[in-house]
Amino acid sequence: MLRYLRRNPSLTFGASLLLLLLAFLVIGNFVVDTEDARPLSVATVQPPSWQYPFGTDRQGRDLLAVMVAGTPLTLRIGFIAGFLGVGIGSVLAFIAAYYRGWADTIIRGIADIGLTVPGLLVLIIIAVSVKGSLTVNQMAIVVASLAWLNPTRTIRAQVLTLRERGYVEMARLSGMSGPAIIFFELMPNLLPYLAATLVNAVSSAILASIGLEVLGLGPLEAPTLGMTLYWVNYNAAIINGWWWWWSAPIVVIVIVFLGLFFLTVGLDEVANPRLRRQA
Amino acid sequence: MQVFYIARRFCVFLLIVWLAATLNFFLPKLSGQDPVRTKLAAEAQLGGHVQAGMEQMVKEYEARFGLDKPVWRQYLTYLDDVTHLRFNYSIANYPRTVNDLILEAMPWTVGLLGTTTLLSFAIGTFLGALLAWPRAPAWMRWLMPPLWALHAIPFFLLGLMLLYLFAFILQWLPTFGGYSPGAQPGWTWGFALDVFWHALLPALSIILVATGGWALGMRGMMVTTMGEDYVVFAEAKGLRSLTIFTRYCLRNAILPQVTALAIALGQILSGAVLVEVIFGYPGLGALLFQAIRENDHFLIQGIVFTVIVALGIATLLMDLIYPWLDPRISHRGG
Repeated sequence: MLRYLRRNPSLTFGASLLLLLLAFLVIGNFVVDTEDARPLSVATVQPPSWQYPFGTDRQGRDLLAVMVAGTPLTLRIGFIAGFLGVGIGSVLAFIAAYYRGWADTIIRGIADIGLTVPGLLVLIIIAVSVKGSLTVNQMAIVVASLAWLNPTRTIRAQVLTLRERGYVEMARLSGMSGPAIIFFELMPNLLPYLAATLVNAVSSAILASIGLEVLGLGPLEAPTLGMTLYWVNYNAAIINGWWWWWSAPIVVIVIVFLGLFFLTVGLDEVANPRLRRQA
Repeated sequence: MQVFYIARRFCVFLLIVWLAATLNFFLPKLSGQDPVRTKLAAEAQLGGHVQAGMEQMVKEYEARFGLDKPVWRQYLTYLDDVTHLRFNYSIANYPRTVNDLILEAMPWTVGLLGTTTLLSFAIGTFLGALLAWPRAPAWMRWLMPPLWALHAIPFFLLGLMLLYLFAFILQWLPTFGGYSPGAQPGWTWGFALDVFWHALLPALSIILVATGGWALGMRGMMVTTMGEDYVVFAEAKGLRSLTIFTRYCLRNAILPQVTALAIALGQILSGAVLVEVIFGYPGLGALLFQAIRENDHFLIQGIVFTVIVALGIATLLMDLIYPWLDPRISHRGG
């Protein structure tokens, strides 16, 4: 295990970044009072000090508390939407690629067309149509409504290469039913690939949710990373020189994205050992 | 076969337009929101209007906007309006129409996105090809980690950091807008320079991130292509390595890149919307942001529809150029 991790530096690097973030969140939860993530709980616009290591914002939130309380919310949106996306996506992909025919034509057509449309704009229309401000969970559902497109497309392509293999043919000849072949023959062989797709989907979902939040369509009361950036933009924190206000969320977001990205690259290598020689 | 390929792409384009229009029409209806009532209630709260007679006003406005007819009639009218690019009035800026506002913002977005997308695609593809070439200078390998790291960051986050560094700390470049507040828009050198100066930071934040993505994709394709038999054969024939690089590897590896570009346009645009918001750039993204803040449904729908159609046209054009790049498609019939 350890030796493999040394051979796959991307996986190690990505996983360590995410573990570091996780440690920060867990320790933070014990040390920091997350109630201070609400407005009006501390002095406003304080630069980082011993009392407030990350500083405070203009509405009187302690930014350390905001990070500790808000990062899990953002991750939750990403994971719910990512799981839903890959779940729905793989069901559709397996149906399309294994059974082919008209189901394949329709599913592939929808996914191909959906992918050329700018996702954020469709999400904006959906988010605007919902009455009032979204909650964190509703936000995840909204993001998930488009999160299945990419997994469907990529998993379908993978299944297509697998379904003609000898062992699938063998299973078919020995009278195994379609769903059984999908579950017991195809799925296990695609697990590493599904994992890479999942990480990728989580990352895209987080990106989409942050985009919606920066535009002001997020959960206004929740201290998520994207909402923090919305308030940064709203209060023109950059040209006022309140650098600590946006540094904290940016560092956390960059760690999340870098971690997830290198995890995908690493998992891709697990899924497709041929990449190893080329690297 | 050629005709069949073109006809099919065109049908897909029409389908996209129809889907976008339908989504635009039905989603807000499903939520049961009433834009007219919401707007009037908000104005009544501000004290600008009296509460009494509001029902009459709602009726009057609904008749004006055609909201009192049955849904299927509204849908048909909407489809008709949309195909003629008539988007109604903007609710928040009443006397102005949605078309006016969009037309005003459009050139900014097209200019910024067109330039940055082409530049980052060209630079990234070339860089990626060089990265995979064994004869490339050794220092190029050091470019990989920063490219990977940049690639994983959203456009607008890099934009925030660039904004702080170059506009706030160093004060080299302007912080906000598409041109200086006092400048007179016109076709003069001074104004063009002003526009360029303002576009530099938003463009840079898109180019730096996007270039990384294209370079990574191209490098992957090049590595695969260089393992092909025909490349080995070309080497065995003793062709010059530059010829092999450009005519054998580059030419083939670039095809999937172009396909990827067609798919990525939507994502690039989604990212650019946020960049415009961060920099207050006067394009469609910033207009959309303003429309969301003011709850201006007609404007939001108009922008979303226009952008989806514009992207559909761009994708269609690329689909039509593609057979010319890859002769195999027109022979096989796509």
